[in-house]
Amino acid sequence: MSSSPSNVWKGGAKREMKAAKWMRELPLHLLLLPGLILVLVYCYVPMLGVVIAFQKFTIFSGWFGSPWIGFDNFKFVLDMPNTGQVVWNTIFIACMKIVAGLFVPILIAILLNEVTRSSIKRGVQTLIYLPHFLSWVILGGILIDLLSPSEGIVNALLGKLGVEPIFFLADNRWFPAVLIFSDVWKEFGFSTIVYLAAITSVNPTLYEAAVMDGANRWKQTLHITLPGMMPIIVLMVTLSLGNVLNAGFDQVFNLSNPLVYESGDILDTMIYRIAFNDAQYGVATAVGLFKSVVSFLLISVSYWLAYRFANYRIF
Amino acid sequence: MQHISWSRRLFLAVNSSFLIFLAFLCFLPLIHVMAVSFSDSAAVAAGQVTFWPVDFSLKSYDFIISRPEFIRSLGITVERVVLGTFINMMLTIMIAYPLSKEARSFRFRTGYVWIFVFTILFSGGLVPWYMTIKNTGLLDSIWALVIPGAVPVFNVILLLNFFRGLPKELEESCFIDGAGHVRTLWSIYVPLSLPGLATVGLFTIVGHWNGWFDGLILMNKPEHYPLSSYLQTIIINFDFSQVKQEDIHKLSQISTRTSKAAQIIVGALPILLVYPFLQKYFVKGIVLGSVKE
Repeated sequence: MSSSPSNVWKGGAKREMKAAKWMRELPLHLLLLPGLILVLVYCYVPMLGVVIAFQKFTIFSGWFGSPWIGFDNFKFVLDMPNTGQVVWNTIFIACMKIVAGLFVPILIAILLNEVTRSSIKRGVQTLIYLPHFLSWVILGGILIDLLSPSEGIVNALLGKLGVEPIFFLADNRWFPAVLIFSDVWKEFGFSTIVYLAAITSVNPTLYEAAVMDGANRWKQTLHITLPGMMPIIVLMVTLSLGNVLNAGFDQVFNLSNPLVYESGDILDTMIYRIAFNDAQYGVATAVGLFKSVVSFLLISVSYWLAYRFANYRIF
Repeated sequence: MQHISWSRRLFLAVNSSFLIFLAFLCFLPLIHVMAVSFSDSAAVAAGQVTFWPVDFSLKSYDFIISRPEFIRSLGITVERVVLGTFINMMLTIMIAYPLSKEARSFRFRTGYVWIFVFTILFSGGLVPWYMTIKNTGLLDSIWALVIPGAVPVFNVILLLNFFRGLPKELEESCFIDGAGHVRTLWSIYVPLSLPGLATVGLFTIVGHWNGWFDGLILMNKPEHYPLSSYLQTIIINFDFSQVKQEDIHKLSQISTRTSKAAQIIVGALPILLVYPFLQKYFVKGIVLGSVKE
């Protein structure tokens, strides 16, 4: 390091510039500060709070007073008779929702794109995403009313066709189907928008060229529209990977009852019951931690895949 | 005029009919429940009501409005929506602006982004979340419904991308005119981002109106429930062990049905009212949030 006067002068300028840069960036830090504190307290403290999973936690002893018991909570969960069934239900319901929630919107988007009259196109679009904005409390209430075996309009219609009343929400054969069907009903309109946007971004000259080559509408759909949607389809598939353990707490909680726990109980509802009905906080946290860790791995992989193959970045 | 073949015509007709049927399928259930809520309970019990009220009656609405729990929980929800939306929007704007800067002009940007995005990827789960809120003394107060969820990271990302779509030259000319970051944000970015803010704002309002789970577990006393949580306990939580008594109490059960229907409609009404605005903005909003260059 030489210490010639010119270098000292340069160093001073550098320091001054650095200080100026700090001053310029200071308002940005200050703008972030309130949000940062809230996120640290209400997102990061709970992340550290997962130590409850390794404690015999009681409300009175708290995080610092509860005794450590290693993996006992996890052993307890594994020994519960219905754990395997609940994990299976979760994965089955979630995967069926992902698959149905992928195909239906793609199909509807393609069909909507074929509609030539814009009033119909817009009208249909306006109505199909209405259920997305209603909560599962409201939709659950509606479904319970519609599907009631004694008074519901669905069973009344089936009765006219000579079908015996079906107790959709209390029958283990029907319950998962109701969950999957009603979830698609709520969300397909919303997802359709994304695919429609992808279709409209397809270069129209491709269609003109195809018509020149004698391709009919079906061939055009198959060889232009679908390949044009492929990037967004790939993206949606990869991103949905993170939802394999998300079977939809709000929906299941509002539609299920003890009669259908066998087919409809999922990890999230089990966590809720263990925590707030049985007050076994350690066990509930252990199940939650398992779910969080697996979901984290899946989401990380899916984001990496999306970045790698669809060049997608979340921010 | 281009010739359209008959098979194409047929397809168009079938396709349009199918899609219109599908659209009806999406809102007819709501219409049915609305018809039930406005019908006389005897007509409902006789199964006469489909999509239009039979023996029009406002008794169910009279009944629910006369209940003090209903009015009280509605008040709490209004408070929650106003307070929560204000806090959410302020924080969304304040966080999205710094994070929309290039890493070149804000060196810590990437680090901060990761702090926020990581909360999407990993969470502590239900119990630690509950314990944190309990330990910060928010249980049983309105703040429990607005503070823990005060930073909506997805909305931040949406707005951040909106900010990035604004021309850089605007910011530069502001700085040349001597405005600081805060001034630039409030006088230039916010007014120019009104469509983006409307999208995020409507999402936030809907989210707060619909929010029921936090009210259910963070409020110990039912008097503190917001409307959605109250409706959850009324509409959903009926005891299945009493199904067999249904026949005995048929009369009371039937009026329960119309009053439940009325409460469903009241719960859905504000959403239906803001829906025209929602749908004007949000198509742009979610496409913006999902498809990026």
